[in-house]
Amino acid sequence: MRVGVLVFPGTWSHQDFAHVLGDVVRSPWGFVWHKERSVAGYDCLILPGGFAHGDYLRCGAIARFSPVMEAVVRFAKEGGPVIGSCNGFQILCEAGLLPGALLRNTCLQYRCQWVHIRTENRNTPFTRRLAPGQLLRIPISHGEGRYYAAPETLAAMRARGQIVFRYATADGRVTAEANPNGSLENIAGVSNEAGNVVGLMPHPERAAEALLGSQDGLPLFLGAIQTVR
Amino acid sequence: MLEAQIYVTLKRSVLDPQGETVKSGLASLGFTGVEDCRVGKFLVLTLGETDPERARGQVEEMCRRLLANPVIEEYRFQLREVAG
Repeated sequence: MRVGVLVFPGTWSHQDFAHVLGDVVRSPWGFVWHKERSVAGYDCLILPGGFAHGDYLRCGAIARFSPVMEAVVRFAKEGGPVIGSCNGFQILCEAGLLPGALLRNTCLQYRCQWVHIRTENRNTPFTRRLAPGQLLRIPISHGEGRYYAAPETLAAMRARGQIVFRYATADGRVTAEANPNGSLENIAGVSNEAGNVVGLMPHPERAAEALLGSQDGLPLFLGAIQTVR
Repeated sequence: MLEAQIYVTLKRSVLDPQGETVKSGLASLGFTGVEDCRVGKFLVLTLGETDPERARGQVEEMCRRLLANPVIEEYRFQLREVAG
């Protein structure tokens, strides 16, 4: 089991993912530079947060055409587990691996804060270790995290269980007040139809050690490792 | 040479908080007659292509594949002759 952590020019969360993989969950890992054309030798791929290619034009719009993305798309189509956090989520949406898009926060502010998210679907490699409805306390850090999909797309996603996480209150209620960015239906994370590709705006790599305030992100790593082991 | 002037805007069905904020800024300046405000992008491309029909096809493809995201955005463009 070896995890590939993708690095684009402007990615900033890759060191945090590497730290959690190497020092906390003790899984082999390696960085994959965006100019690579192959992801051979990796069993799971992570697209970290940041501002890939400066987020020019739209978040993730340029990154999706980085050479490595063709290999990522092939890996995903073959059922390989792929997770994108924050900017990584935006890239997966732009690449068409996940439905919908992420828009500027309704509040127009960059939001860097702790939130709670409720587990809506455990049937993915990353959420299998979570209990139904389990609440995670986890940080967000983004200006463009407002999830949007057309009404018919959203309805299909609901029917197939593609909504993986929703922003909620500390006691698990999905309310407008708990929604930090104006996402439709409080959506914080989604999956593709097959469930092997997951994207979320929060940062599980920043919630993997008690010292840093929360270990709630840890099950996502452990789930992926368990899946491919 | 040809110049393409491309407008990319959010679809009407997509909330534009930036446009709402600009509208309220205009209202506080006294421009209370602004019914709606949408903020978009304006791109200007200078093309080596001289045949308008081929240029149109190329710009159409650029918009479709990169410059606009069809999930949230619409685009339109015009071509004009510019001195090389």
